[in-house]
Amino acid sequence: MIEKNKRSVSTASVLEGLMPKILLTIAIISILTTIGIVLTLLTETIAFFREVSFVEFFTGTVLKPLGESAQFGVLPLLTATIISSAIAMLVAIPIGLMTAVYLSEYASDRVRKLLKPMLEILAGIPTIVYGFFAFTFVTPLLTKLIPTLEPTNILSPGIVMGIMIIPMVASLSEDAMSSVPNAMREGALGLGSTKFEVTWKVVVPAAISGIVASFVLGISRAIGETMIVTIASGSNKVFTFDITQSMQTMTAYIVEVTGGDAPAGSTLYYSLYAVAMTLFVFTLVMNLIAQYISRKFREEY
Amino acid sequence: MKYVDTNQVQKKMTSRLLTNRIAKTLFLLATLFGLLVLVVLIYRVFAQSLGWIDFDFLNNRLSTNAERAGIKGAIMGTLWLMLVVAPVTLILGVGTAIYLEEYAKKGRLQAFIQMNISNLAGVPSIVFGILGLTIFVRGLNLGAVVLAGGFTMALLVLPVVVVASQEAIRAVPQFLREASYGMGATKWQTIKNVVLPAALPGILTGVILALSRAIGETAPLVVIGIPAFIIPLPEGLLDKFTVMPLQIYYWTIDSALVDEYANLAAATIVVLLLVLFIMNSIAVLIRNKFQRRF
Repeated sequence: MIEKNKRSVSTASVLEGLMPKILLTIAIISILTTIGIVLTLLTETIAFFREVSFVEFFTGTVLKPLGESAQFGVLPLLTATIISSAIAMLVAIPIGLMTAVYLSEYASDRVRKLLKPMLEILAGIPTIVYGFFAFTFVTPLLTKLIPTLEPTNILSPGIVMGIMIIPMVASLSEDAMSSVPNAMREGALGLGSTKFEVTWKVVVPAAISGIVASFVLGISRAIGETMIVTIASGSNKVFTFDITQSMQTMTAYIVEVTGGDAPAGSTLYYSLYAVAMTLFVFTLVMNLIAQYISRKFREEY
Repeated sequence: MKYVDTNQVQKKMTSRLLTNRIAKTLFLLATLFGLLVLVVLIYRVFAQSLGWIDFDFLNNRLSTNAERAGIKGAIMGTLWLMLVVAPVTLILGVGTAIYLEEYAKKGRLQAFIQMNISNLAGVPSIVFGILGLTIFVRGLNLGAVVLAGGFTMALLVLPVVVVASQEAIRAVPQFLREASYGMGATKWQTIKNVVLPAALPGILTGVILALSRAIGETAPLVVIGIPAFIIPLPEGLLDKFTVMPLQIYYWTIDSALVDEYANLAAATIVVLLLVLFIMNSIAVLIRNKFQRRF
């Protein structure tokens, strides 16, 4: 009995010493993932810049990755990405913010409990479904309004991306507004403000850091979104600002190049990593800005 | 002498109240817009899939003939993928959460891991695809097989599980741990026998949500080169496979060539949405049913 106890105590103590180390190793895997991402992107990107000059990549307006005189300007992809994200935010920011205001300031508890989960369903729909929706429904619909619209264009995926982002902007902004203390609302109401004035002049300014952070996260999401643009915006690598045209975003380019089985070691293959690196840096900076804003300017009540 | 022009005040009041009313209507309409799109989207997809979902559709393999095409391969592929993603995320996610909540001292390393996880959550999924392509598919020379896809997806959804598990573990009240220590239990015994069982509902909810995210993701799998053409059904971790979102992707793109493919895509979307709906319902059920308030 004593012998058995001793044995179980000793295995327990071995386990006791071992578990923190095992768990630490597991926790470090997330760091390794980040290091893995940065290293793979960095090494291949460096290889890319050995063949294509930095200046050509970032100022070139021609992207012609195949053929004899291949040119690698990232600007066509960059403008397409920025345009589609801008369209998305033109949809998501006003509607998301108004939804947040409604849910946080106007809606009764019962209505909020009903509407919020329904909106969250929007956020849970896979992006591929939105891509299908943009391609088979929104584009034909828009073509009726704008007859010159191309079958693939940047406008339709931009709008659909915006709709996808609405719940994210709405829910984060609502959290920010809900955490504004009631005393501030009551103060303004007591001075004779209408509900709209309370919202616009007191609650929104007080919650502005959280609201702005939600916008920045929304932009970051739009920049990294892939399937909607891959399906609905086409693969035209042109440097243009005409939103009715087919354009290719950075993410769609990555999908096209990997799908085409670029031979390892070719410039085309390396360009994949250079574009991915640009995308990664863009979204990382956005996310860091959002974190910084919400931490730095958080009002403590 | 009149200090207050009642007429003007009256006018101002009316206009302010009107603005308030208009604003309220506008805000409500904005809220309903999102819901309207949701309804249109679901209606469209269901209407388009009508007559295309039947047992044959679920049980047939992919075919270039739209009438005969089915998604059995995609369903089996999803199951195989989950067989990798579920255990890997469970072990990595819960392990990381336990370390951060129970063992890590507040310090640089802990803050670094924490920051790293929240940043990973914001990395576009397609970048995970590049990571998977470079490390699993090409680096380890696995090819576009179940294991490579599973590892890639597991890393992608890892932050979801970590954050959910952390919250679940943090919600376990201190007195339960103290009671366990008081009985002479060691730290690991306390975690294993007291903390984890109490946190299990929250952890499971997180894992199910992560899995449903993995089922719906497309971009990383496209990047690592998962095919959507006719391949044998997967029978092991090192077999090629395909999943529902990829079927939707290729059928949507090719619907410009063959009209019926749009219906096939819609039918697959309905199946996918149903699967996601069931999984999310289970997650909500677990959360509501087992959520104990201490």
